[in-house]
Amino acid sequence: MISAQNTIRPRPHTTYRSFVEAHIRQSIAQCYQCGKCTAGCPVAYTMELTPRRVIRALQLGLENELENSSTMWICLSCLTCSARCPREINIAGVMEALRLATIGKKPTPDQKKFRLFHDLFIMSFQFSGRAYELGLGMAYNVMSGQFLNMASIIPGMLRRGKLAFLPHKSRGSETQHIFQRLEGQNKAMNQAEAGTK
Amino acid sequence: MARVGVFICHCGTNISGAVDVARVVEAAQKMPMVVIASDNKYTCSEPGQASIRQAIVSNKLNRVVIAACSPRMHEPTFRKAVSAAGLNPYLLEIANIREQCSWVHSHDREKATAKAIELVKMAVAKVIRHEPLYPREVPVTKRALVIGGGITGIQAALDIANAGHEVVLLEQEPSIGGRMAQLDKTFPTLDCSACILTPKMVDVANHPKIRLLTYAEIKEVRGFVGNFKVEITQKARKVDYSKCTGCGTCWQKCPEKTPSEFDLGLGKRPSIYIPFAQAVPTKPVIDTDSCRYIKYRQWLAAGEQGKKPPECRICEKICPTGSIAWDQEPQTITEEFGAIVVATGFQVYDHRHYEEYGGGAYPDVISGMQLERLMNASGPTGGEIVRPSDGTHPKTVAFVCCVGSRDQAKGRTYCSKVCCMYTAKHAIMLKEHDPDVQCYIFYIDVRTGGKDYEEFYLRTLDDAGAIYIKGRPSKIYRDGKKMIVLGEDALMGRPIELAADLVVLATGMEPRTGADKLAQKLNISYNTYHFLVEAHPKLRPVETQTDGIFVAGACVGPRDIPESVAQGSAAAAKVAGLFSSDTLVTDPITSVVNRERCTGCLLCVAICPYKAIDCETTRDTRVVAVVNESLCKGCGLCVGACRPKAIDLRGFTSQQILEEVNSLWS
Repeated sequence: MISAQNTIRPRPHTTYRSFVEAHIRQSIAQCYQCGKCTAGCPVAYTMELTPRRVIRALQLGLENELENSSTMWICLSCLTCSARCPREINIAGVMEALRLATIGKKPTPDQKKFRLFHDLFIMSFQFSGRAYELGLGMAYNVMSGQFLNMASIIPGMLRRGKLAFLPHKSRGSETQHIFQRLEGQNKAMNQAEAGTK
Repeated sequence: MARVGVFICHCGTNISGAVDVARVVEAAQKMPMVVIASDNKYTCSEPGQASIRQAIVSNKLNRVVIAACSPRMHEPTFRKAVSAAGLNPYLLEIANIREQCSWVHSHDREKATAKAIELVKMAVAKVIRHEPLYPREVPVTKRALVIGGGITGIQAALDIANAGHEVVLLEQEPSIGGRMAQLDKTFPTLDCSACILTPKMVDVANHPKIRLLTYAEIKEVRGFVGNFKVEITQKARKVDYSKCTGCGTCWQKCPEKTPSEFDLGLGKRPSIYIPFAQAVPTKPVIDTDSCRYIKYRQWLAAGEQGKKPPECRICEKICPTGSIAWDQEPQTITEEFGAIVVATGFQVYDHRHYEEYGGGAYPDVISGMQLERLMNASGPTGGEIVRPSDGTHPKTVAFVCCVGSRDQAKGRTYCSKVCCMYTAKHAIMLKEHDPDVQCYIFYIDVRTGGKDYEEFYLRTLDDAGAIYIKGRPSKIYRDGKKMIVLGEDALMGRPIELAADLVVLATGMEPRTGADKLAQKLNISYNTYHFLVEAHPKLRPVETQTDGIFVAGACVGPRDIPESVAQGSAAAAKVAGLFSSDTLVTDPITSVVNRERCTGCLLCVAICPYKAIDCETTRDTRVVAVVNESLCKGCGLCVGACRPKAIDLRGFTSQQILEEVNSLWS
């Protein structure tokens, strides 16, 4: 029954919630749902579940909605929400926690595109130390099967110098260090996990 | 022979900007009986007043007309000025040529001047017919009656008594303390309610200037400010308080148990009882509805019909002082007071009106006040919060705000103001009692206007982890052991179904039953909800339209404890102000009845909004109306209503008004 599925049956204590709260070291209950996060979010217009509603879903224990949501993958991590939250909740941190919580899970069709872009962005960054827009865009179009997506804007952007043919290599190797450090941490964590098992 | 002086004010340019004052002066000089007419830049200033005083003396004036601003503004000022020159202050007439002329006709100087001249002409015609009037002085009985022994009445009584005046504190229940005595903790500080209230109750009991009249009600109120005569009904306690020591043997031994009003039916009390342990006075009353022996006596009186009730009388047998007085009947006491403070407070809205919430049929759907009793260490469960149905500890608790508030369909459109806050308090307290409790609060808006209130509300989120659900539940029903609350989560835009162990309805405030009847006895107004009406909601918040009667606390509208206490003190300050002089001066502009013309129809008695007119029988056995000049406000309603034209208003007699009108055509 559709209506029965739509009805909320609150479950305030979920593993999602504990995971998120542990990650941001704050209680989600603090949110009084004013909506300022959504109001300031530059990409909220593309979201089905706006940032306020993500928090609300966490409060009410709506795990399905969270798992099927693309909000955390759409999130740009610009931190406007966190900076402006009157209750000082780290909403961007919530999004980060939700990405971590769902990254191992099979993406929904909706999430697939966002996840793909996300992965390609990180790859591009790892490769050149900076975002390589043209390469990223082409890779995304090829891998998502929409080859000419936004192709019409490329000539203009090239002409105005907004896109470069070749990637800029960043000076030094700070970004490489970040990735190396993360890898090291991951390894240590995996070993520790294996040890406890 | 009248000798009139006319003084016309420029009021800076307020009047002279639109009115040609010189022409008004010129015209006034030609009016009948006018001896002198002059103008002044500011008549109300000291030089202006001096010129009037001087003119009165040097021209032997016996009538004065001042053409200036509204009499509401400066009539008292000019009366004083006239009086200083030796003239009766009521031989003065004000022609309002500012508010009623220059300000409204600033665009047309010609017509404004013509109107000003006519206004002056009317005033001259009227003032010629003025008679000297003399204010009367009435003595003030420096004793106050405070109706209602809740926190507001207690505060008012203590403050009046500490100002040195005698107070009678009247309470209809067997003990003072009111609703605050029923509370467990108080927001936003979580002070124990009894700990801050009971010392004040004891102060009242021990104060040499305060007389406590509990278990008593107002029967009738007569008289006027400074001189009220109040009949009070002392209900039959069936206990002789002059003998009773309050030892407590009787209420411990009484075998009959009946639901306790104080615990809102959650606990039981004996038939001879004090409402709660810290009651003041700590002396019991016998509840004649449940007492076995009273029932037995009624059975005897009814001719021994039906089943014979037990002839108990245990309290009488064990009372060490022989205080039980079965034959005690209600008594009427008549007392005199100079002022009355009404502080009858509120009662909790009865949620049985909400059929959709079970209409009171579900034991696990309780009111906020009932939860207070459950939380209270001296409550029916000794402070253990349990479900009334099975005594188990609730883990999921749903709160429903605005029950009996903000609900037009239930005839309660107003916001009760305290429910948001006491619900927040309940959520915090429940979490403190049991960390496993999860509270859900259904609300429309969370209103936390008050010092430290918002911070307190945030504690329900931060400390108690309560979940606020925006939406008003539409139905509550039972499903097995759970209570199901159906609502909408407006923030998700989806229906919500909550299975709760306990549902607490945040019921609102309403005036005490009978507040309207009391208001009628006191001749003060009340609104559609039966809240009493203050003289001005902002500037005269504790006064009423009836002099000498003050209102304070939740009988005026929803109030929390700090506001109630502040209003109690405010009313006390007003009473102390009234009692600061031995006599009151009353305005002589009152109605007067011509007894020869009065036909005794008494239409005036019915129409008088101040209950100032009464009737009496003359020596030739005619019934005639008589005006109590201390109560009369000079509104003139009776003059208009009087068919034989037997009533006149001093200072505004029919003849004076006619002269005014006639002057326009002469």
